[in-house]
Amino acid sequence: MTTRDIQLDDDGRLRHLLTIEGLKRPILTDILDYAENFAPGPGQSVKKVPLLRSKTIANLFFEASTRTRTTFELAAKRLSADVLNVNINTSSTVKGESLLDMLRNLEAMHCDMFVVRHSRSGAAHFIARHVAPHISVINGGDGSHAHPTQAMLDMFTIRRHKGDFTRLRVAIVGDILHSRVARSQIHALTTLGVPEVRVIGPHTLIPNDAEKLGVHVFHDMEAGLRDCDVVIMLRLQRERMSGALLPSEAEYFSCYGLTPAKLALAKPDAIVMHPGPINRGVEIASEVADGPQSVILEQVTNGIAVRMAIMAMTLGRHRGAESGESEGGT
Amino acid sequence: MKRVHIQGGHLVDPANGIDAPRDLFIAEGRVVAVGEAPAGFAADHRIDARGLTVVPGLVDLQARLREPGQEHKATIASESAAAAAGGITTLCVPPDTEPVIDTPAVVELIHQRAEAAGRAHIVPLGALTRALEGQQLSEMAELQRVGCVGMSNARRPVSNTLVLRRALEYAASHGITVFLQPCDAHLASEGCAHEGSISARLGLPGIPASAETVAVAQILMLIEQTGTRVHFGQLSTARAASMIARARYDGLPISADVAAHHLHLTDMDIGYFNSNCHVEPPLRSERDRDGLRAALARGTLDAICSDHQPHDADAKLAPFCDTEPGISALETFLPLALRLVTDGVLALPDLVARLTCQPADILGIDAGRLGVGDRADVCIFDAGDHWRVTGEALVSRGRNTPFEGWDLQGRVTHTLLDGRLVYSA
Repeated sequence: MTTRDIQLDDDGRLRHLLTIEGLKRPILTDILDYAENFAPGPGQSVKKVPLLRSKTIANLFFEASTRTRTTFELAAKRLSADVLNVNINTSSTVKGESLLDMLRNLEAMHCDMFVVRHSRSGAAHFIARHVAPHISVINGGDGSHAHPTQAMLDMFTIRRHKGDFTRLRVAIVGDILHSRVARSQIHALTTLGVPEVRVIGPHTLIPNDAEKLGVHVFHDMEAGLRDCDVVIMLRLQRERMSGALLPSEAEYFSCYGLTPAKLALAKPDAIVMHPGPINRGVEIASEVADGPQSVILEQVTNGIAVRMAIMAMTLGRHRGAESGESEGGT
Repeated sequence: MKRVHIQGGHLVDPANGIDAPRDLFIAEGRVVAVGEAPAGFAADHRIDARGLTVVPGLVDLQARLREPGQEHKATIASESAAAAAGGITTLCVPPDTEPVIDTPAVVELIHQRAEAAGRAHIVPLGALTRALEGQQLSEMAELQRVGCVGMSNARRPVSNTLVLRRALEYAASHGITVFLQPCDAHLASEGCAHEGSISARLGLPGIPASAETVAVAQILMLIEQTGTRVHFGQLSTARAASMIARARYDGLPISADVAAHHLHLTDMDIGYFNSNCHVEPPLRSERDRDGLRAALARGTLDAICSDHQPHDADAKLAPFCDTEPGISALETFLPLALRLVTDGVLALPDLVARLTCQPADILGIDAGRLGVGDRADVCIFDAGDHWRVTGEALVSRGRNTPFEGWDLQGRVTHTLLDGRLVYSA
């Protein structure tokens, strides 16, 4: 690799969160531990904390998203930050030039953090490389590349249910090829010590050389789910039907949809996850999505706590457990 | 015109089998003697080439100069100067200018601008199909008559195989060489990086190796049928190179080149979305790079080209796939080629052949050799001189180089065009 990780500052602390790849286990553990502070226990209400008072966070959404933007916004507000939502019609900013001009304008408004969602892989890195030194960039999803906050909230949810990452078998099912969520999950799971990560889907939706990401590839869902502790279903974009990637939703569901019968092949206490929004009857049956093993809504709740932790850490108020020293491991 | 004496240099002229200390004597823009001065030769100008290497001016099979049409990126004048600084004396330009080179007027314009700039010979390729649209044949005979050295569809693959077949047949009837950059548009689709572990990791839409090999296979079959002389440009995969080797063995009238960056970089160099590594065809795997090097050494690949594509800064300021592909490559061309000698890929005379007489033969032009009577296009360089690449210091208007910060060995000291000094360091 050419340069040091631009995500870290000179002291090795998290400055931007662009991708999970390359982050060491203590930093990930640090995020999960810190997020515990913001996650209410059963029956507790969430308190607003003054950690980011007088900070301004701009949500730059070049791609429509209600859920992710809302949880980022809630997280920022609970940290007492001012929030600016900027929805940008991508067609008006196809030129990198105007994208940079826009960043300069927002910098001039004294923003401290950009949360970026963009349809192109590498957009968050591009922006991080061009912002003023005091600004932190959080990747809220870039193309098919990465969605690190989603992956961290998933790790948080898994840890709450399963405790020890180093004994788990995790399956990720569906459109791996186009999924930024899957890529970030794979990096997070392998970094946190999960010994076996499986990806399940038809060859058209799994990248060639996927094994080099450290996963086992299965085209047969029954075989892939056997004895798994965690089953992560991915959303299937409707447009995949048009690109000769799949024949039909019905055939996809019959091969790769999660039904109670298929779930029964996983461990009895396996949890079912989904980054949402779910397509009932396409990738997951309603009985499973709403069933006792599903933690899908919990993921949403945890998303706020984890994003609070990441925002607080990157804006430098949290000195953390001095990530360099503390050996990770839960 | 001046008489020039290049004194004390080490001459490498593969076309004439010379790799030895030889003086060079030039008059009226031509070489008049090699070794001993002709009787009564009085030099007006003497170049002290002691410790330097003297080779024929380099012949670059593919360079985009951006004129006409994209003068905000570069001009014929600016890039001719960059070529001279890189020891390149002949530039072959593809037809994808704006307007496209499909009428004599555009050829005329390019010739005029080249002459006014006076730093390099510029030989254009005409459009194989009208407006490069892949539907109607261009007026190839007319384009050839006004100076196009071949026909090409640039980076716009002719996807209709019937049109391609007829274009090849028509070119063959006029003895025209067709230059093709093999790419199956459907397989390449919206891709912007080699399909492999790096594109999988970065979530970049991939261009599979099969986008190249499928196109090569298709073109080879059509050549078998039509007998057209075809040059394959900028091969990027080892597999395509081995297909070319096989087809040459079978006697097909073909040749091939590789761009210098494909001999040095791989998709790994993209790192985290370095847009200066966005090129077409994409940087491939290490195995491809090694296979291309081997094919170059064996002679399957006849030439190295720069595939020069200067860009304005904005063209590279965007998320990776939204940036424009290409590298500003004229000034790193020779040192990157020389690195192949250092790396033990091939010997200096063999390398020089792939930069001079062999590409000249593919173009069918009088260039790339320094025998008595040849045009005095000369490149003189200091093989031992190290320099560090910085985009800002390039003569080219394009600063887009993925070699930023590289220490390269070999620096051009003098370039002569028709016996005239057009560059000196």
